[in-house]
Amino acid sequence: MGKVKVHRSSPSLDMTPMVDLAFLLVTFFMLTTKFAPEEPVSVDMPSSVSVIKLPEVDILTISISKDGVVFFNMDGKYNRQELLGKMGTEYNIPFSDEEKERFSVLPSFGLDIRNLKEFLALGPDERKKVKQNGIPTDSLNNQLAKWVVFSRTTNPKLRIAIKGDRDSNYPVVEDVINTLIDNRVTRFNLITNMEKGPAQLN
Amino acid sequence: MTPMVDLAFLLLTFFMLTTTFNKPQTMEITMPDKPKPDDVQPEVNEKRVLTLILGEGDKIYWYKGITDPKLEVTNFSADGIRKVLLTQNAQTKDMIILIKALEKSKYKNMVDILDEMNITDMKRYAIVKVTDTDKELVKELNL
Repeated sequence: MGKVKVHRSSPSLDMTPMVDLAFLLVTFFMLTTKFAPEEPVSVDMPSSVSVIKLPEVDILTISISKDGVVFFNMDGKYNRQELLGKMGTEYNIPFSDEEKERFSVLPSFGLDIRNLKEFLALGPDERKKVKQNGIPTDSLNNQLAKWVVFSRTTNPKLRIAIKGDRDSNYPVVEDVINTLIDNRVTRFNLITNMEKGPAQLN
Repeated sequence: MTPMVDLAFLLLTFFMLTTTFNKPQTMEITMPDKPKPDDVQPEVNEKRVLTLILGEGDKIYWYKGITDPKLEVTNFSADGIRKVLLTQNAQTKDMIILIKALEKSKYKNMVDILDEMNITDMKRYAIVKVTDTDKELVKELNL
């Protein structure tokens, strides 16, 4: 009686399709990922049932933090350079081309324009340490109004979005909204998180 | 091939975790232009006016009409303000809602109330400044 010979070779699995798939997914995620620029404050937005999506370009964002500090942000590198030039002329602060270049890649900022020059001279790590007091919105020195007006002349297609923290006090938001209305911006967006609509009404 | 696959999966995990798919939602609001001095303001029957006052601690004070208001308090739950809006809307034709926010109210309250307007499909509402009479009324109710 002959012995049954047992094959003792390690089973080999063809991994190629799996690797193909893995690389496909890697490519997909690499291309779709957009790294959010680091914001100076985190804003916890309120939720709503609204389903309108925010457009991706031509957006001016006014963020309001929990403590009522107002931040400004606009997209478009060249528009931002032009905007800073206009603001500089308005407030008699000449900005150099290098400062404009630095400004064009700045995330949201909440500073008086008179402190902006010093801020732009700092390195990215030092900027994080600076306490930003917000863009003045009071009626005597309403710099936010100027930012909004010049942004709109720079980019007429601009849409204005307010990104407020859920726990910020309403009067601060009211100031911002009144500033917008005073400058004939009567249509704007409030950025919110998604929330499920009530079942019984829909 | 194993190291390469390891790396591929590492990258895959990294990008999967960092990607955010949901774009933020927005609510579009259109505010009226500032009235010019010579503009004639339209007159409204006060019976059609419902005033909502957003107060401290997520409370909503509301009253119907303008003369001799009877202030009541409610909250943001589905049985609260939504019920008020729906019953009042059923009783009144062409109801106009005035939203007033007290200084102590939060931004969240304003978004929530605008959201309620969308949910209950109210057509005519306006955000207006709170008056001293309203503040008095709220104060009296608290006492």
